[in-house]
Amino acid sequence: MSRPELASLPFMAFEDVAALSARRNARWRPGLAANQGLALHNEVFASSCEGVGAAAALALALDDWRSLPREDVGEAQDRRSVLWVQTREAVRRVGRPYRAGLPEELQARVIHVLAEKAEDALFALEEGLRCRDLAFVVGEIAGNPKPLDLTASRRLTLASEKHGVPLFLVRIDAARDLSSARMRWEITSAPSLSPHWNAQAPGAPRWRAELFRARSHAPGEWVLAEEQGSLTASKARREADEAMADWTAGLCLRHPPRRA
Amino acid sequence: MGESGAALDSGPLVLIGDTAHGPRIEAVNRAGAAAGARRGMMLADARTLCPEIATAPSDPAGDLTFLEDLAIWAQRWGPWSALDAPDGVLVDVTSVPHLFGGEKHLLADVHEAFAKRRLSIRAAIAPTAGAAWALAHYGPDAAIVEGHDAIERALADLPVAALRLDEDVVTVLRRLGLKRMGEIATIGRDAIQRRFRNRKSPAANPLIRLDQLLGRVPEPLLPVVPQQIPLVQRRLLEPIRYRALLDRVVADLAADMARELEGQGKGARRLELQLWRVDGKVVVRRLEMAAATRDPAHIVRLFAARLDDIDAGFGIEMLRLRASWAEPLALEQSDIETAAETRGTSLAACIDRLTVRLGAKAVSRPVPFASYIPERAQRWQPPLEPEPASQGQLAFHARPLKLLDNPEKIAVLYATPDGHPQRFRWRGQVHEVARVEGPERIAPEWWRERRGARLRDYYRIEDGEGRRYWIYRQGIVGDGRGGAPDWYLQGLCA
Repeated sequence: MSRPELASLPFMAFEDVAALSARRNARWRPGLAANQGLALHNEVFASSCEGVGAAAALALALDDWRSLPREDVGEAQDRRSVLWVQTREAVRRVGRPYRAGLPEELQARVIHVLAEKAEDALFALEEGLRCRDLAFVVGEIAGNPKPLDLTASRRLTLASEKHGVPLFLVRIDAARDLSSARMRWEITSAPSLSPHWNAQAPGAPRWRAELFRARSHAPGEWVLAEEQGSLTASKARREADEAMADWTAGLCLRHPPRRA
Repeated sequence: MGESGAALDSGPLVLIGDTAHGPRIEAVNRAGAAAGARRGMMLADARTLCPEIATAPSDPAGDLTFLEDLAIWAQRWGPWSALDAPDGVLVDVTSVPHLFGGEKHLLADVHEAFAKRRLSIRAAIAPTAGAAWALAHYGPDAAIVEGHDAIERALADLPVAALRLDEDVVTVLRRLGLKRMGEIATIGRDAIQRRFRNRKSPAANPLIRLDQLLGRVPEPLLPVVPQQIPLVQRRLLEPIRYRALLDRVVADLAADMARELEGQGKGARRLELQLWRVDGKVVVRRLEMAAATRDPAHIVRLFAARLDDIDAGFGIEMLRLRASWAEPLALEQSDIETAAETRGTSLAACIDRLTVRLGAKAVSRPVPFASYIPERAQRWQPPLEPEPASQGQLAFHARPLKLLDNPEKIAVLYATPDGHPQRFRWRGQVHEVARVEGPERIAPEWWRERRGARLRDYYRIEDGEGRRYWIYRQGIVGDGRGGAPDWYLQGLCA
């Protein structure tokens, strides 16, 4: 069965509201920031017994950063820093960033903030989002602290959208509570790629990423990997993905375009 | 200096301290002095002169604490003060008197402020600390000497004790017939030099003291380089007790300070706000900035977070803001606060706000450090300082993304014959190792550690579900540095 590729259809085909929503629900893919602009407020849920939360957040942030057209930065070399906020509890559970293990372009840029309480961490995140000299802000907050409610999350979204600084908030061992984040991911480890020379050794990291809530995309599940300095995503489960595609295609075909 | 309370001054009163020979008089009030009691006299001798003398124990430690508080309080007349135990305070009023309307008004203000605290004092202003000391102790009341040339003339009539000499030296000078300071110059410098040639300490050699007093020889009390610290102050007509008013005054001070700094082409790195309370306490708030600034709105915003816990007591009567650390700053700088609303804050302003709320240690940047031990190879420094020079790291050593603050011990359930674990337990969860790379052996740094330190064998591992860790074994079997080696998990890989 051949399905019409959504992007190839002429715009006139999308007069139906359902079809419009289907178009808006274009699937997420790496490098999307180049077309759609930055995803400004992201949450990444991860477990405390692995380091994938921060790693995937950095990978997503760097993907957005690289795929943005350079001219709006204005300089040949972007020298902006990155603010990394952690609560004391998050440091206890998953440790501090280690400079030698960070992606190379971030090693000299990270500014670390250690907050005793979640309130302080939220304050630091908001101050960071208001700062024009930051490339992006990474936060790590453990559990579901009381100050991080829908109001606080909305404040972060507004600050981020006003000043255009993306936020990647890693939620360690947290339940999926209310939030106004634009994209919410659940990340777990996936077996790594096998390296060229030593099949016994762990290779380039891969993550199983589930996008379970997003404002402008359909939810989905991917296996993300960093290869040659760029983020790649492969389908995690083909059958689930096809069901999703059938669903959007069905929306398009249910009402045939009037002026076809 | 003594209490001038009516009740205490009505009858003769002495403060006594215990010595091996019985109680000795440490201090005397006016009525006591009139009755014949003197400092240093035995109490029994004083009692024979005046049987109705009242006594109280002296408290030297308490006096010293009081004097310390007083010296800090006295900084309202100058940015720098020093103790002159047991009963004096030296204040550096260089470039300050114009704030009070001249030296005369400054001294009047000093007398008035001490009178309010019911303390009687003698004060003097002179170009050198020694001259001011001599005038305050032996000169006319509220004496002012301007210019180095006038010192010698003004001090000629004072007794030689005004040179701050030891008792025995004063006695020697008196026996030589030298009673006034002016007389020392009459017999020639060489003669005195010969008499005191082997006295090196200033307190035992009248010539050194004389030179210090006249400003020919520097005295360590004086600031070596006269420097103009940007300083603004507000003396309030009515003490303020409410926060809104305090904010208003701080905003005024910040605006004054901005003008002052602009005139010097500087920006403040450290600011000190001192608040003098009516009851004599001085509250100090310090602020350190990541980059030089003189934007009043930014300064006010940073201080606002620091003023919450101030106890105004009966009110604050004077405020002073000084930039104890200033750096050159080019003249144009836009307004941080309004720019922040439209275009976001600059990095320095952002870091200032973070450090004011979270503390200076909370904001830092990781920098490499020359060490092989992983946790030692990274240090934290203030975020805007330049990075220290370092060697490039070796590219083939894969390092984890996160490092735990303290390596956590893991229980190895089953180890392969090669030596690395096949199954281990960490945080109550069993992990099955699927892939492994290692060992990377890191020997202890003998130039830093004590003798028994064990080497570490690092392994990068991945478990059955794809979770990647960095673990190490501390020591090897049979290295003679302890029992069976332990395993630790130190890092979480990406």
